[in-house]
Amino acid sequence: MTFKEALKNKDFVITAELSPPKGVELEEVLKKADFLKGKVDGVNATDNQVAVLHLSSVAFCALLKQKGLDPILQMNCRDRNALAMQADLLGAYALGIRNVLAVSGDYPKKSLHHVVKPVFDIDSVQLIRSINEMNKGIDFAGEKLIGAPSFTVGGVVNPGADPIEGQLVKLKKKIDAGAQFIQTQIVYDIDGFKKFRDKTKDVKIKILLGILPIRSAKMAQNILNIPGVHIPKKILERIEKSKDPIQEGINISAEIINGLKGYIDGVHFMTLNNVEVIPSILEKIKA
Amino acid sequence: MIITEKKEYKKILESLKGMDNIYVVGCGRCATSCSTGGEEQVFDIIGKLKKDGKKITGSYVIEAPCDERLVLKFSRTEKSRIDKADALLVLGCGAGVQTVSDVVKLPAYPALESVFLGKTKNLGRFYELCVMCGDCALEETGGICPVARCSKHLLNGPCGGSHKGKCEVDQNLDCAWYLIFERLKELKQFDRIKKYQKPKDYSKAIRPRKVELR
Repeated sequence: MTFKEALKNKDFVITAELSPPKGVELEEVLKKADFLKGKVDGVNATDNQVAVLHLSSVAFCALLKQKGLDPILQMNCRDRNALAMQADLLGAYALGIRNVLAVSGDYPKKSLHHVVKPVFDIDSVQLIRSINEMNKGIDFAGEKLIGAPSFTVGGVVNPGADPIEGQLVKLKKKIDAGAQFIQTQIVYDIDGFKKFRDKTKDVKIKILLGILPIRSAKMAQNILNIPGVHIPKKILERIEKSKDPIQEGINISAEIINGLKGYIDGVHFMTLNNVEVIPSILEKIKA
Repeated sequence: MIITEKKEYKKILESLKGMDNIYVVGCGRCATSCSTGGEEQVFDIIGKLKKDGKKITGSYVIEAPCDERLVLKFSRTEKSRIDKADALLVLGCGAGVQTVSDVVKLPAYPALESVFLGKTKNLGRFYELCVMCGDCALEETGGICPVARCSKHLLNGPCGGSHKGKCEVDQNLDCAWYLIFERLKELKQFDRIKKYQKPKDYSKAIRPRKVELR
């Protein structure tokens, strides 16, 4: 079943992200791709995440496709102008890539590449709209394409942002622009997410909950630096006290997912390539 | 106003390597207001250059070194002193440096960094407000420009890095979109934010830009 079919037919959709390497040594990450086979409905390939250089997301998606996975091409607005975006999208389609996740992209300030010129020619709402225009055979300039692609396009939302209204307005714009699914920023706060869902009851497209299993107390502290990501005190204490924090992170992830059943349409695992924890979490998910 | 900052003195000295006779030009407008290129700063840099063995052939604060008419007048009245110089050092913005350079036919070097177009809050506190995109849409955003004031120039709302009114790039930076939302609420125009904004028309900003009314 493709990711598109899963969005249509499954009640609970599972995706996971993989980051391509910074370099051309692919063996290890492709083993992880093999590991994900049959376990997830789609695999996101991150696009120079946190503005750190990685192998191209388009090329990586093509490799995932060869592995028999259904790749979700992440495309940020930071690294390409609208011309390059469209060219890469058409190229990606030609290589069998059928899904795109449009993101703004982290600002390069904290990266070693902080001296580069960030592009931000168009924003994520405009990108989603442009991809849907391309699906109709029309390019950014309003001209006809020779052969239209058929992408399933999605967007992101940060349910923990405070105030939330900016995210709500933008989410509505993304859906109006034709977004067919949403993958959220990582979430640890069950009550906070429920409040977000109460405000987004009219959203009919699938919302996949972002899950990053915590692996250590130090990692938890780093996560707290991400804007709009709140880790409740109880979770922090459990990780700090645990003799096996990786297992505790797995338990917590499953509890969050189970605690939000009925509020989510699936899960998106962002494991920093530690994909081996995914089956252990999925085992604990109640039907 | 064009906001300028002083260039690192070491770099200025490097640019003047091999040039012994220097004429120093100040700016009577923006750079005077920024305390980077007025009488006082011209006086200061002359002192430093002399200490470093440079001979100063003359100095002058042009009312607006970016106005070619004023620079032409300056070049005529100061001709004898300019002629003795190997180079001019201009304490003005990039437009000032280039206008002077075009007129005097001598190397003109910048003593300042031109940083942005913005407002003076008070002495020594300046804030960027406009990128001169040529496609103004301030009426849509409560008079707060997301192109200039959002790090990512986003036109349809904040990114996921906006939190508690601050920007992901720097916790000391206000999120422009937070400011826009608050302002539009105050103005009772919140619905304006819900409208889809098309991408910017960058054909309106093809460089170099010019306005020729005659």
